[in-house]
Amino acid sequence: MREAVIIIMGAVLANNFVLVRFLGICPFLGVSKKLDSAMGMSMAVVFVMVMATAATWPIQTLLLEPNGIGYMQTIVFILVIAALVQLVEIVLKKYVPALHKGLGVYLPLITTNCAVLGVTVLNIDEGYGFAQSLLNSFGAGIGFMLAMFLFTGVRGRIEANDYPESFRGIASTLIAASILSLSFMGFSGMIDGIFGM
Amino acid sequence: MKDNKLSILTNGLIKENPVLVLILGTCPALAVSTQAINGLGMGLSATIVLVCSNIFISSLKRLIPDKVRIPCYIVVIATFVTIVQLLLKAYFPDLDKALGIFIPLIVVNCIILGRAEMFANKNSVVDSALDGVGMGIGFTLALTAMASIRELLGSGSIFGIALTADLIDPMSIFVLAPGGFFTFGCLIALVNKITKGKAREKAKNGCAGCPSAAACQQAKEGGCQS
Repeated sequence: MREAVIIIMGAVLANNFVLVRFLGICPFLGVSKKLDSAMGMSMAVVFVMVMATAATWPIQTLLLEPNGIGYMQTIVFILVIAALVQLVEIVLKKYVPALHKGLGVYLPLITTNCAVLGVTVLNIDEGYGFAQSLLNSFGAGIGFMLAMFLFTGVRGRIEANDYPESFRGIASTLIAASILSLSFMGFSGMIDGIFGM
Repeated sequence: MKDNKLSILTNGLIKENPVLVLILGTCPALAVSTQAINGLGMGLSATIVLVCSNIFISSLKRLIPDKVRIPCYIVVIATFVTIVQLLLKAYFPDLDKALGIFIPLIVVNCIILGRAEMFANKNSVVDSALDGVGMGIGFTLALTAMASIRELLGSGSIFGIALTADLIDPMSIFVLAPGGFFTFGCLIALVNKITKGKAREKAKNGCAGCPSAAACQQAKEGGCQS
């Protein structure tokens, strides 16, 4: 239990995927303008991250490693994720149309989201077991959602301000992300402090 | 004709620099630019993948069915990424460790898929190769420049050679995550200033290179960025 909390807290706060590890920056900058689309995107990311981990972890440990073809990881993972996203979209469309309406637009975008491929590869690199991997993916997804949620609010404020012409658009957004990232650095000591590691 | 070839090559260097103008490939640009050598290594690895995949895709463009072209591109790109990954592991183990997860993530780098979709599947093999070289060098230049600034401010050195480390205390925040966002933001503002806002207009067109543009609401609303 203690370990589970450490993994989740670590993935959400101390090693936040977007603000500390720099994964999934494109959707973070692109879809953080409106709260509802930011939340829709994040939900889809959480969903696909957990599903992708559930699919890729067994493939790596049961199929690739015993046969000595661990180097096929990159090719196999990206194909599995792409196929999975397509499959999830078809299944949702048929059986859960309400959910498909909410997540549908975001699902195709996720195949090329580096956070999803990133989390599946990181789980293997860190040597996590199956349950740990799922927890880590879930935490990473929630961390992505938290960053999106906070940043959508921040962006709303920036737009209303008057700043130098050259900084209009993406440049000011990045400066704001920098300040948000600064605040997340404060969490890095927190987990060690709480759990006495 | 010769001018045309030259302009394809130089297009990616400054005018359509993938990182600073088109705002593609932001994740690796932010993550690996902590040291100039890492920026250079990442840039060159991505360039190799980009040139090889551009050549391969443009020579196969008649054979790949239109409907499944994106998965086909991904397989081609992933193959070259794996080759680069294995080469780095064998010959540059230090660089491989420093870049870590961002080597396999070259697969989902928007620059490579974007060039395949925007350029390689419409143009000849030679043009695609030139485009790959130009874009790759543009990516490498941007990454190395950004990494040099961060390394100089954050650890007082460039390419590991100490420059200002003894004169002023290094501001280590620049090699950490917030410094990455900050340096990147300032560089983009600088490019905007130099090009008098033309760069910002181009960034909107960058969506055309994004494989998910069709599904992306933002693309319809006029660009990923405001």
